[in-house]
Amino acid sequence: MQNIQDLEKILNSELNTKIKSSLIKHGQIYLKISDSDLTEVILFLKTNSKTKFRQLIDITAVDFPENEIRFKLVYLLLSHEFNQRIILEIDVKEKDIVDSITSIYPAANWMEREVFDMYGIDFKDHPDLRRILTDYGFEGHPLRKDFPLTGHNEVRYSHETKKVIYEPVKLEQNYRNFDYESPWEGTKYIKEQTKE
Amino acid sequence: MAKETKTLNLNFGPQHPAAHGVLRLILQLDGEIVEKADPHIGLLHRGTEKLIENKTYTQAVPYFDRLDYVAPMNQEHAFALAIEKILKIEVPIRAQYIRVMFCEIGRILSHILNVTTQAMDVGALTPTLWGFEEREILMGFYEKVSGSRLHANYFRAGGVHQDLPKGLDKEIGVFCERFPKIINDLELLLTDNRIFKQRNVDIGVVSKQDALDYSFSGVMLRGSGVPWDLRKSQPYDCYEQFEFKIPVGKNGDCYDRYLCRIEEMKESVNIINQCLANLPAGPIKTDDGKISPPPKKEIKQSMEALIHHFKLYTEGYRVDKDEIYTAVEAPKGEFGVYLISDGSSKPYKCKIRAPGFSHLQAMDYLIKGHMLADVPAVLGSMDIVFGEVDR
Repeated sequence: MQNIQDLEKILNSELNTKIKSSLIKHGQIYLKISDSDLTEVILFLKTNSKTKFRQLIDITAVDFPENEIRFKLVYLLLSHEFNQRIILEIDVKEKDIVDSITSIYPAANWMEREVFDMYGIDFKDHPDLRRILTDYGFEGHPLRKDFPLTGHNEVRYSHETKKVIYEPVKLEQNYRNFDYESPWEGTKYIKEQTKE
Repeated sequence: MAKETKTLNLNFGPQHPAAHGVLRLILQLDGEIVEKADPHIGLLHRGTEKLIENKTYTQAVPYFDRLDYVAPMNQEHAFALAIEKILKIEVPIRAQYIRVMFCEIGRILSHILNVTTQAMDVGALTPTLWGFEEREILMGFYEKVSGSRLHANYFRAGGVHQDLPKGLDKEIGVFCERFPKIINDLELLLTDNRIFKQRNVDIGVVSKQDALDYSFSGVMLRGSGVPWDLRKSQPYDCYEQFEFKIPVGKNGDCYDRYLCRIEEMKESVNIINQCLANLPAGPIKTDDGKISPPPKKEIKQSMEALIHHFKLYTEGYRVDKDEIYTAVEAPKGEFGVYLISDGSSKPYKCKIRAPGFSHLQAMDYLIKGHMLADVPAVLGSMDIVFGEVDR
């Protein structure tokens, strides 16, 4: 097994201008790169004989609605040869289009479709960018933080029209989001004070 | 005069007994040869990840049971490990043994279901009847330890919810003594069965390179000859302390994957036996009162325990700001949890990496050029459960 520190050194020396930051935590390497270098860096990680990250484990996004650069795209890679994992991050603005990596990893196809479906991030040169998990004709992107937990529509079988119909969600009782945090350590102004 | 041919579009599922759940496959056929398969998934999408973001860490555990519902505890394990790594909790050794034991029981549960239903898909009914009798016993163990047969909600960050009831270890021991004979019976029915082999050998062949490219894991990867098992290569809990072998296939076809699963069941029995032989005494969850709830009898006497109990079941415990990916070797492959915590008692983001998702993605590649009748055989050998694919 290749040492994780050595691997980080190799990455930093070979890709030095492309890496924004790197960090070793929990036995994994966390890399931050710029979105324009994405395909290049991933191709390097996959093909270089010292890294050999042959498997793409997953692609996902994280939503920070209050930030100007709203999304963070995360690529999880695994190297069987060296038994290492990398967590690769890029920042993506709301309207940005990211390069697809389906030509490098065929497995990226559905993963990118899922990110598109759940977060509405577009991918350039993706062979078949459709929604994947949500319903046919679904609107909105459910995993965005501003999407309500209940959704917008509900489905039921209507006896009058003899078919399945969609209508706006009607709840007998509203979703109750209790604030359980202790008033002694949890109130907002205390938190803001401790932050400073 | 050349005869005019045209391709036929066939809609397979979503309600089809061989679809193993709610899969809708749009098949393009040329005669009986499949030219293209386009799986439509998401019919069982319940928004698990969104729900988890709105629940405390303790409340999130049951959602993991409902992913791959034939081996629930294996998934809880991944989530528990993620929290433990962030909070740097030491799990008591007895809890680790119990968790390993029930993960292996989960593996047997899942493999029995898969092997026997795969046999049913290609025409053999008896293995299902025999196998399900054993699953019933195993689910009885689940019930005895957690209170429910399927959705256990048993693993916690820092250990397990409660200790084994008296006598359960003996019962599991009896099962382990008897079960190898059942595997043998199943093998007698299937392994050399001419029809079973005709339907599975050289069907759905995956090369080593393609298995890697398509993000295969678990049996799908090992069946193609890649010796990779997270229990060995990146051991979690106390898996290092056990001796077991990793069966690896040669040809990467449906038949090899079947053989791998049979061998894995035998190895699981072996691991359970080792667990039972060396089961240490001691606590079954961490004694940190900020994370694991106090025993009932203490609540009646100690003020502090009462406060802890109240806080844990209302607000829940807080997890420091961090970001982590942890994976376990679930029966179907690498099951991972990518967790981002923000210091509150609810996860900021919890991405679930389900092995079945990437396996099903390769359906088009696997089935191209096969006959229509091979679709259920390939689907069966991929071990798809829609709870985890659709999340």
